[in-house]
Amino acid sequence: MTEITEVPSPFCGIGTDDLTIKVDGVALKVIENGCAVNTPAFEQSITDTSPRVNGKEVSLGVAIATAAALLKDTRLPVIGGCATDVNGMRGLLALADRCGAVVDNMNFTGARNNFLALQDSGWMNTTLAEVKNRCDLLLVVGTDLEAFAPRFFERYLWNKEAMFLDDTSHREVVYLGKAPSGDASTSPTGQKAQVFECATDGLPEVVAVLRALVKGLPIRSTSVCGILVADLLAIADKLKAAKYSVVTWAAGALAYAQAELTVQTLSEMIKDINNQNTRCSGLPLGGKEGDQTANQVCGWTTGYPARTRFSCGYPEYDPFLNDTNLILANGEADALVWVQAFNVNAVPPVTVLPTIVVGRSGMTFAKEPDVFIPVGTPGIDHAGHAYRMDNVVAIRLKKLRDSGLPSTAQVLNAIEQAL
Amino acid sequence: MLIKLTGGTVYDPASGVDGRQQDIYIQDGCIVKKPAEDIQVGKEYDLKGKVVMSGAIDMHTHIGGGKGNIARTLLPEDHRNDPVMRSDITRSGCGHAMPSTFVTGYRYAEMGYTTGFEPALLPINARQAHMEMADIPILDKGGYVMLGSDDYLLRLLTAKKDQKAINDYVAWTMQSAKAIGVKVVNPGGINAFKFNQRKLDLDEQNTHYGVTPRDILRVLATAVKEIGVPHPLHVHGCNLGVPGNMQTTLDTIQGIGGLPMHLTHIQFHSYGTEGDFKFSSGAAQIAEAINKNKNITIDVGQVLFGQTVTASGDSMRQHANHKHASPNKWVTMDIECDAGCGVVPFKYKDQNFVNALQWAIGLETFLLVDDPWRIFLTTDHPNGAPFTCYPHLIRLLMDRSFRNEVLSTIHPEAQKMTTLASIGREYTLQEIAIMTRAGAAKLIGLKDRGGLSPGNWADITVYTDNSDRQLMFEKPNYVFKDGQLVVVDGKVVSTKWGTTHVVKPDFDPSVEKGLKDYFDRYLTMKLGNFKISDDEITEDGRGSITVHPLKGDMA
Repeated sequence: MTEITEVPSPFCGIGTDDLTIKVDGVALKVIENGCAVNTPAFEQSITDTSPRVNGKEVSLGVAIATAAALLKDTRLPVIGGCATDVNGMRGLLALADRCGAVVDNMNFTGARNNFLALQDSGWMNTTLAEVKNRCDLLLVVGTDLEAFAPRFFERYLWNKEAMFLDDTSHREVVYLGKAPSGDASTSPTGQKAQVFECATDGLPEVVAVLRALVKGLPIRSTSVCGILVADLLAIADKLKAAKYSVVTWAAGALAYAQAELTVQTLSEMIKDINNQNTRCSGLPLGGKEGDQTANQVCGWTTGYPARTRFSCGYPEYDPFLNDTNLILANGEADALVWVQAFNVNAVPPVTVLPTIVVGRSGMTFAKEPDVFIPVGTPGIDHAGHAYRMDNVVAIRLKKLRDSGLPSTAQVLNAIEQAL
Repeated sequence: MLIKLTGGTVYDPASGVDGRQQDIYIQDGCIVKKPAEDIQVGKEYDLKGKVVMSGAIDMHTHIGGGKGNIARTLLPEDHRNDPVMRSDITRSGCGHAMPSTFVTGYRYAEMGYTTGFEPALLPINARQAHMEMADIPILDKGGYVMLGSDDYLLRLLTAKKDQKAINDYVAWTMQSAKAIGVKVVNPGGINAFKFNQRKLDLDEQNTHYGVTPRDILRVLATAVKEIGVPHPLHVHGCNLGVPGNMQTTLDTIQGIGGLPMHLTHIQFHSYGTEGDFKFSSGAAQIAEAINKNKNITIDVGQVLFGQTVTASGDSMRQHANHKHASPNKWVTMDIECDAGCGVVPFKYKDQNFVNALQWAIGLETFLLVDDPWRIFLTTDHPNGAPFTCYPHLIRLLMDRSFRNEVLSTIHPEAQKMTTLASIGREYTLQEIAIMTRAGAAKLIGLKDRGGLSPGNWADITVYTDNSDRQLMFEKPNYVFKDGQLVVVDGKVVSTKWGTTHVVKPDFDPSVEKGLKDYFDRYLTMKLGNFKISDDEITEDGRGSITVHPLKGDMA
């Protein structure tokens, strides 16, 4: 039995790397600094260790040969999930390039709200250490931040010391849209966050009015989607008075049509504030289960984020048409490869197409895939790299145990070689 | 297998060979002496009438790291104009302004380049830069770690720590980030921007730390020299792009007090304020200062016309420059109490007065600096133009009539504001070889690279002499990387993986005590998780690390 300290997590997206984990054979127990997201993800037990073809246990070699045979004459395979580490994504993209596949990260529809805004007008963003040391006002838009990342406040807002704030407990937190589910946003001295709730699909209007107020435009209404304009004006004034305010949102939580326009309005509002003699930055939340990793690696390999197809022999990005679910529903694809090394519950969409799953050990299926190859989890079964939500920082994941499970990269490289 | 390159005209400034016909032998990836008669030549290339140089080295090109990937993500429309098909031996991707990593490697090799250095390795983002560069085939690579706006250094300065403390921190950071040089970008300015300062002159204080850019430059240049790093401090100065910044640059040269210093993309820092548009060329004054101060080296950062994207660590100046974004979308980031970045697409137009004069200023600089060992050919890829424009740039330098022809087509007021037409100089092949090979290897301190004498690695480029220098440099007949034939007639015929060049300067291990405390209190990562280990670069079986000697070791 051993204890491993300073363990980084690929699960929570905020790059916690202070976990202490007890390793007993292949059983893991988080004994320090766990949370509702990380603890179950680390402690998930290994069930399958051998691959299966049509439900029957086979050797890894047979599973790889079968997967390659299934892919050999396909015209448009889809590689979905895309939840793995950097080396896993490298292998995935090499395979996709070879067989002319569509590559689609499972969280892309949410992330698309950010990409469309970025690719249309850009943004001014910041990263977690800047939040930790500078942020004097945090505006949380449409997101239950502590449910998303339980330790966000403890690590990055209520830290004991900050380089540029005399007293971190004086930071202000304002929620717009969604209320927090717990008290993590309450300061150590008991100061509660201000909360201005509205229906999620009211956010486009609310955010548009907030931006107008930041710009000093007159608003005739007295309330918008249940929030008083006077309250929004107070938020606008706080943003302008703060030295380093931060606006955060989770693109996936903005679950309504054309939510990219909300992200764009927020990002343009942040630019406006920076033109009014103070600083303000955006902080898009994400980074779970390899979504930033998928977009980063696909970005440098193809030029585009991870919703890109190789069917013409070169990468083509389409944030709408290359959606796995759409392609399956339209009957365009002729095989599905599902790659998910982090989360046993993120199973592939059910389809009649030949299906190959390269998944975390412990995954169960409503319909047994043609080929299932259980793989190790990056940061548990093998070393690797994963990106945090703020995209700049890649964390070095550790190997914690010897499970004998292959890595995603090993499996996908072997399939590509077999082709 | 012994390979013989027979009868080529060799330009090898590293050994003083200037256009002499000689044979070259390659064995096990390296250039070897003429072997004994009884050793059989396995493969011979007849290079009579061909021009032979070592593989070119780009000493300043943004090929790895977060800002480059932001630039890629920002510009899908630019990629769509240049899709790159997969082949049996090459991966698919995209080209133009900010190519995908695989295409970066292929296109550099296809121009005869075998090595590139990423000049802005943010310590906290170095891992990403190395991962991206690990996916660049064929090329060797390396990086200069960026310091000067990191809060740790500024705290050391405010606390009046001695030079030894700075040296230890710089050496430790270089080892942690796997770097071969140290760069400073807008010294202290990226940090000042986080405190809402919008400009920072050489002697202006950071409002929080009370430290000036001049202080930062001095301690970092001293550190680099004292810890024995061959490459001088690599400086992106204050006031990038600001009319009148020529004076800042001249003051920066004076202020460094004779210490070795490399001023990068100096074109962007050579502007006066004369004329109707209050924008003029400072190239003559800058070149005069360079010619006089032998401790200074420069690269140009030539602007060439067309669409590109600027990706810089200089968040302060990039924020100011966003007004010129074309298309109108841009990104800035504050990064981890470490640095920042700004990404702004630019379209340089020959009929825009400022752009046209920027073009002329770069060329004036090339032509007015006397010593080709102290000036380097760059466009600051992709900031002045994509690296694929190099053959065109070489033609502009080597062919006066072509240069004047282009000059006569640019904005007429810009033509009046440049002395370019009166400059007769044409670069020679040997001078091009110095700027892009021997000089670059010497400047960075690369052992056994950049030359063609026995003992060097066999990075070799073979061209067909052609009075159209653009055609000549666009399409080498052969390129060898570590002795492997990778390009024939300007097309990749095989690929391999290059090495990562680093230096490992010593530091007092006790430096980690202060750093650990700082990381635990203020940063978001444990110190142990921050340091990049060798196996992160080598574990996939493709990458390798080549450690170059420090200055003291050379003798």
